[in-house]
Amino acid sequence: MLSRESSATLMSAITAFLYREARLQDEHQYEAWEKLWTDDGVYWVPANGADIDPERQMSIIYDNRSRIALRVRQLMTGKHFTQTPQSNLRRLISNIELMDEQPDDGDIAVASNSLIFESSLRDDTLWAARNEYRLRHVDGELRMASKKVILVNNDKAIYTLSFLV
Amino acid sequence: MNMMTGVSPWERLIRPDRVHGSLYTDPEIFEAELKNIWYRTWVYVGHESEVPNANDYVVKSIGPQSVIMTRDEQGKVNLLLNRCSHRGNQVCSFERGNARSFTCPFHSWTFANDGRLVGYAFPDGYEGQDKSQLALGRVTRVESYRGFVFGSFAADGLTLKEHLGGAAETIDRLVRASPEGEVEITAGFLKHRVKANWKFILENECDGYHPAFVHTSIFGVADSMIGKLYGGASTALTRDYGNGHTEIDLRPEFRKRDAPMSWFGTSEERLPDYTARMKAAYGDTAAREIMIDGTPHVMIFPNLFIAEIQMFVIQPLGVDDSVQHVTALQFKGAPDLNRRLRQQTMGSVGPAGFLLADDSEMYERCHRGVLARNPEWIFLGRGEKRQRQDELGFTVGHVTDEVPSRGIWTHYRKLMEPA
Repeated sequence: MLSRESSATLMSAITAFLYREARLQDEHQYEAWEKLWTDDGVYWVPANGADIDPERQMSIIYDNRSRIALRVRQLMTGKHFTQTPQSNLRRLISNIELMDEQPDDGDIAVASNSLIFESSLRDDTLWAARNEYRLRHVDGELRMASKKVILVNNDKAIYTLSFLV
Repeated sequence: MNMMTGVSPWERLIRPDRVHGSLYTDPEIFEAELKNIWYRTWVYVGHESEVPNANDYVVKSIGPQSVIMTRDEQGKVNLLLNRCSHRGNQVCSFERGNARSFTCPFHSWTFANDGRLVGYAFPDGYEGQDKSQLALGRVTRVESYRGFVFGSFAADGLTLKEHLGGAAETIDRLVRASPEGEVEITAGFLKHRVKANWKFILENECDGYHPAFVHTSIFGVADSMIGKLYGGASTALTRDYGNGHTEIDLRPEFRKRDAPMSWFGTSEERLPDYTARMKAAYGDTAAREIMIDGTPHVMIFPNLFIAEIQMFVIQPLGVDDSVQHVTALQFKGAPDLNRRLRQQTMGSVGPAGFLLADDSEMYERCHRGVLARNPEWIFLGRGEKRQRQDELGFTVGHVTDEVPSRGIWTHYRKLMEPA
């Protein structure tokens, strides 16, 4: 069990990390965002519920680390037309919680809620999600080992989701 | 019929090499399409493998109408309309499940999964009523081809086999990629909504002119072999099967490569289990041919698109509101292939797909574009002078030619014009 002080310090570091990730995504800083991942990172946006088996069922995104890199490289070309021009984005991150009562040396389970306002050529779109992370200290810095984004409406027909969610 | 000129409005709007922009944006034309296309011709609804067991059901659609596909206790597949025969409430609110009956939550009317009304609350108020007159509505005709279930609201007309015509062979070709000769739809659907008319999607599916440009961002970074298939020097073909069905036939390019599984960017060595099962099922020679040719790229009018590794179902909800339902094709008896099919499908299609996010962007921009009134026309003349008949008499052209769009509009006009 962490002491109250060290728990507060960890929470403060995690909060800063999640805010930073949100800002990099909103501002399309693709390479800086990619650097937040561990080498074995998994980026998962399930469809049709929160608890499907991504090895068996379709997900909206189910990227291993090399596919995360491919996603970033496609965005970097400037010819990924769905993001050319880029969506204007601002997101709010809240309800940040440490999900492990007793974090040990392993990954840190963290969850948050997000509300994202997207303005694109099509229209303005509001997205809402539960985000579940496994964060890890790598060389003294927090990194994402996994990020699961559970869109509130992932069982419905949704518009193109081509920004980093 | 325009009484002043004697010229049908459809003849004015649909010319051999161009169509009028209002065909995509006019709400009255959309309503006419529902009546003359979606609620009349054969429309793909679902696959038998989605209801494998007695009493399984899955909710599907024909246009904006909700359709429950059930397998009843006798094993028969039914297409029932999701509307209580009493006051119209939807009787089923879950996407799938297993149920012998559906009870309407409004007044507790209960229907068997073959559509029969089996009971209502406080029956003494319905003395003398013939229950058989109050069954759930059904899609009038239901037929399936190799597991693909289609429905038609017309009591008469072509059989499904007649409607599919030459395109039936593409489905034969598809199921041969399974060592057991069967496709299974088991991976769940991504549902991708676009603010665009459904015909932009329909026409794009066999448009071989756009990939080199729309998909340049992913071809450039992914070492994809796909780009070359759609280049100026490609020997691949576009084909019009009639009845609105169109194809991009990539076999000439795959046969030049002469390498099994190259169509899927892989090899026999990387799929040893699949290769062994295919050879056992078809013999070495036929298995090799199947694994060189690959699976088809065919758009079955108006809503079933088989895109080599995945299947799309196009659903129109409004004149500028459409949904693409998409899932990985799964081949019975091919677990190692199926895993790759799911992975590739997830990467390339759906709302965040490397390919479909850009296609869908084009649909939406086209829809906004044609709201401009000049020029009034969409020009579809590419390859008109060099198209020819293949050995079976179907019109074919270069892979980048607009043979498919012209075929689609020829059929569309026949459906929309009063008989």
